[in-house]
Amino acid sequence: MEKKKRELLLQGNEAVAEGALAAGCRFFAGYPITPSTEIAEYLSQKLPQVGGVFVQMEDELASMAAVIGASLAGAKSMTATSGPGFSLMQENIGFACEAEVPCLVVDVMRGGPSTGLPTSPAQGDVMQARWGTHGDHPIIVLCASSVPECFHMTVRAFNLSERFRTPVILLLDEVVAHMREKITLPLPEELEIIDRVRPTVPPEWYIPYEDNASGVPPMAPFGEGYRYHVTGLIHDIRGFPTSRSDEIGPFFQRLFRKISQNFAEIHMSETFEIEDAEITVVAYGSVARSAKRAVLEARQRGIKAGLLKLMTLWPFDRPAVERVARGSRVLLVPEMNMGQISREVKRVNNGVCTVVTLNKVDGTLITPDEILKRITEVYQDERDN
Amino acid sequence: MREITKLIHKYLRHDKKFPHVWCPGCGNGIILGALIRAIDRLGFTKDEIVLVSGIGCSGRLPVYVDFNTLHTTHGRALAFATGIKLAKPELTVIVIMGDGDAMAIGGNHFIHAARRNVDLTAIIFNNSIYGMTGGQYSPTTPYGMRASTAPYMNIEHDFKISELAVTAGAVFVGRGTVYHARLLDSLIEKALLKKGFGIVEVITHCHVQYGRQNKLGSAVDMMKWQRDNAISVEKAEKLSPEEKRGKIIIGVLVDRELPVYQDEYERIKERAKVSTVRGR
Repeated sequence: MEKKKRELLLQGNEAVAEGALAAGCRFFAGYPITPSTEIAEYLSQKLPQVGGVFVQMEDELASMAAVIGASLAGAKSMTATSGPGFSLMQENIGFACEAEVPCLVVDVMRGGPSTGLPTSPAQGDVMQARWGTHGDHPIIVLCASSVPECFHMTVRAFNLSERFRTPVILLLDEVVAHMREKITLPLPEELEIIDRVRPTVPPEWYIPYEDNASGVPPMAPFGEGYRYHVTGLIHDIRGFPTSRSDEIGPFFQRLFRKISQNFAEIHMSETFEIEDAEITVVAYGSVARSAKRAVLEARQRGIKAGLLKLMTLWPFDRPAVERVARGSRVLLVPEMNMGQISREVKRVNNGVCTVVTLNKVDGTLITPDEILKRITEVYQDERDN
Repeated sequence: MREITKLIHKYLRHDKKFPHVWCPGCGNGIILGALIRAIDRLGFTKDEIVLVSGIGCSGRLPVYVDFNTLHTTHGRALAFATGIKLAKPELTVIVIMGDGDAMAIGGNHFIHAARRNVDLTAIIFNNSIYGMTGGQYSPTTPYGMRASTAPYMNIEHDFKISELAVTAGAVFVGRGTVYHARLLDSLIEKALLKKGFGIVEVITHCHVQYGRQNKLGSAVDMMKWQRDNAISVEKAEKLSPEEKRGKIIIGVLVDRELPVYQDEYERIKERAKVSTVRGR
């Protein structure tokens, strides 16, 4: 009998929870915060049904710590939060980067800083997602713009985190998190699920942080014979703290190399009507939805507009932006912040074409009309020049 | 080599670059010895044990021993341990913390771990000072004492770690000192056997920071102070509050039965199998 696919009307937060379950997540620790709470609520119901653990911790510091502990014990684990909670999680996100513990952090962006605008959309955490924790570290940050993407990007985020032994941050904005759309959930066999590489050598041969071609050392769960040390201190290949520069240097090089040599696998973007585009909108999250509509309407008015939708925000998708910069006269970067990704676009563009911004931080989403208006203005300016 | 030393050696990581970070005369090694003896006597395998620590002198303990070991961030050890225990309940998870670690930066995690009653054993090294950073006052530095950030005197009042654990819901609370090493062995053993959140508070000395700044003498002098000022729980019951003032009451302060989180969670899993909430 052919298995029937489930068709559901879900909000983005719920789709994240479904994606997590499909990816094999069996541990969630979190603290209630708007506008992310539905992820916790949904998983508090579903995780016990599949033998997983849901625990509500005393704060976000503890939530992130518990998520890392569970991952070290072998569980795929996650948390979900919003700006203020994301700030509190930064301490242990750094620990997970340093000790190379796979896990997922979903940050549903609301207006900030501080308590900010708890129920309003924003995209103000883009830079915090990249540099929120102290010290040099690589990180992978994805951003979803629709309910189906919330599902698939959650699966992908878990896959990347397991593959590269790194925390992965999935950014949603409040619009995407609370918007309801139809989603057809794929059958389990249709999904690619990646699990962390485990050691195949006997325990006495296991060197927990030894370099290899992938830069990603096999990871043993606690309690299965591979007794080793995990620390937030910079460590040698055995996991023991070190202050020797000939061990510290290689540690950092490997930490960065395991991500940088796999940019092509990590980067993900979509393009729309960019072949002949003179003005290309570079957008992400819910803004990319408005941008697509604006591009269509601009085309109807005879303006050759296109869209580059960024789905991987960090490491920044330099090749994708360079490609559209070479083909366009103008790049327009609309964002619900004062200009976080636009700085990166300008850096990568490096003077090839004109980069203009559309920044909005009034607690409302950016509409197609606003982007269309900006496209039209820019188009006029370029023609007048 | 004496038998007792041989036993310790069996559990040390010989590939770790000794010497350890602790000062000569430090009490931390005595606590480590007691912990190893308790684990050995109870017959745990090395693979079953996870040692989780926070930051500070105590935080360095796990690296020296051949268990699954995790050196976490300051104050958060109990939260990491909660994740490990809930994800893999068959592991025996022991948490090592200092007084600043457990009471200041990790105070919230401490009371909630006690309230939640996850099956963890916490051993808290109480030396009344931040030793590693150079002798600043901690939440257990007594009023009137000196520290490098209280050069005139400490005007804050100290937390009573064990009493706080009792109030917050810990099912086992024991207090010992590094002078009373045999008692310490048995307290840790009892805490490990107890299902639920148990703590052992260990009064230890930091002669290098706390002792020096308060003119309390050498490590030996400070251990003699522990000997002379500790009274057993049994003896304390017969004393008036005035007679108990300034004394350290050692022994088992609480040993009680309360529902353990994992057992309760198993019931949730059973419920979840048969019912659907809101039709999802």
